[in-house]
Amino acid sequence: MNNFQYSRATDVTDAIRLLAANPGARLIAGGTNLIDLMKENVERPSRLIDISRLPLRKFEETADGGLRIGALVPNSDLAYHPLIEQRYPLLASAILAGASAQLRNMASVGGNLMQRTRCAYFYDTATPCNKRNPGSGCSALDGLNRNHAILGTSASCIATNPSDMSVALAALNALVHIAGPAGERVIALTDFHRLPGDAPHVDTNLGAGEIITAIELPSRGFAQNYSYLKIRDRLSYAFALISVAAALDLNGNAIREARLALGGVAHKPWRSLEAEAALRGKAATPDHFSHAADLLLQGATARAHNGFKIELARRAIVRTLTQAADATPQSQSHKKIA
Amino acid sequence: MAEAAHQIAERIPINLVVNGVGRTLNLVPWTTLLDALRDHLALTGTKKGCDHGQCGACTVLVDGRRVNSCLTLAVMMDGAEVTTVEGLASDGTLHPLQQAFIDQDAFQCGYCTSGQICSAAGLLAEGHARDAGEIRELMSGNLCRCGAYPNIVAAIQQAMGRP
Repeated sequence: MNNFQYSRATDVTDAIRLLAANPGARLIAGGTNLIDLMKENVERPSRLIDISRLPLRKFEETADGGLRIGALVPNSDLAYHPLIEQRYPLLASAILAGASAQLRNMASVGGNLMQRTRCAYFYDTATPCNKRNPGSGCSALDGLNRNHAILGTSASCIATNPSDMSVALAALNALVHIAGPAGERVIALTDFHRLPGDAPHVDTNLGAGEIITAIELPSRGFAQNYSYLKIRDRLSYAFALISVAAALDLNGNAIREARLALGGVAHKPWRSLEAEAALRGKAATPDHFSHAADLLLQGATARAHNGFKIELARRAIVRTLTQAADATPQSQSHKKIA
Repeated sequence: MAEAAHQIAERIPINLVVNGVGRTLNLVPWTTLLDALRDHLALTGTKKGCDHGQCGACTVLVDGRRVNSCLTLAVMMDGAEVTTVEGLASDGTLHPLQQAFIDQDAFQCGYCTSGQICSAAGLLAEGHARDAGEIRELMSGNLCRCGAYPNIVAAIQQAMGRP
């Protein structure tokens, strides 16, 4: 870990001021990803600005029946909060599918959105990586790319976003509240993360000097018919090869509305409004689910080792939608896939 | 930049209550809680395994919650109460989890054991594990390369009163 200076922000305005005054500084909250990256010399901040004591830990009901969650709420507190368990169980399930109990106790909601890819080449400072060292090349394109993206890739980067929480937030149309030098703004979670394009070193649309203050969930939680299915190389405590967040609003067996997001396949949670529209008004049957999977996976391309992900994703989508329709969501502790 | 930072880096005074005892330390900011415990307070019960949050050997309780001390900066913990494996027994009586690990033969080499026991203490306090499957899932942040998992689960069940 490089040597750095340390400041403790007194409030959000102070954090924004410290960021502006210290190019090369990083915010730190839970630290679970940043400290690891610093130990690997991937991140070498000149200063850490400790925001962990800022008053951003509230759960507030919004005027339109949604919920606003402070950016510093630990992941575990979010997953086990009674309002989340009751109204947004898809989010609770996705969070509990990720990391370990210790890490969930430490990691903040805002930090989860800011976590960086686990691409092995991004971590390995001896290899070229456009995300770590812009312009140096992508070692994954012709390297070991079994874990890498199949959608939204570019010639510069095929890394995936590692978050489970973000996949559920994308499906739930969550919003991200941001404060910065120019004031406050709100953007959709689906617009928060970026595709790599020719600037894979820029993970998100958070501007210089900006800080996440909260996430907001709209009122619709799809608490009756949902499932989060995560496929990985071991039963727990591993990043997704494929994950699927599915949420349905059913009238009998007819789909009034469907939400579908994929993790482990792209540089951001992957949604297709076309795939969701194709389910609207249809019966909740495997045929229709399969058609939606085809639409969601349209344009998927594989490299040498990750071709299996396309078929795995197709099957996982159908399975997850079936679990959602049957109101038998995937358990995150008993891993038999029903 | 790193060299410049090094020259002007100040040691930062922090107060911790470790296993019930108030301690004051002056630390450079890049000291992890794990290194503070082991190198500055000579509490070597907490183990450094991977040092990257992947193995759980460094698990301690901070304000009653289990965390990976290797991914925690000590300066950020100013004012916190830390419990390590050395602080679980009281008045010469083993913590029920410590006794259960002995009764169930829940370790072989022992390197992961302090982390397993502290993590299990956190798990019991959280109250979300109701059966063996949930214990396994919620203990997945603690690896045991000897493979003593069945006995670890049995020990935790014993401490829970065998649900």
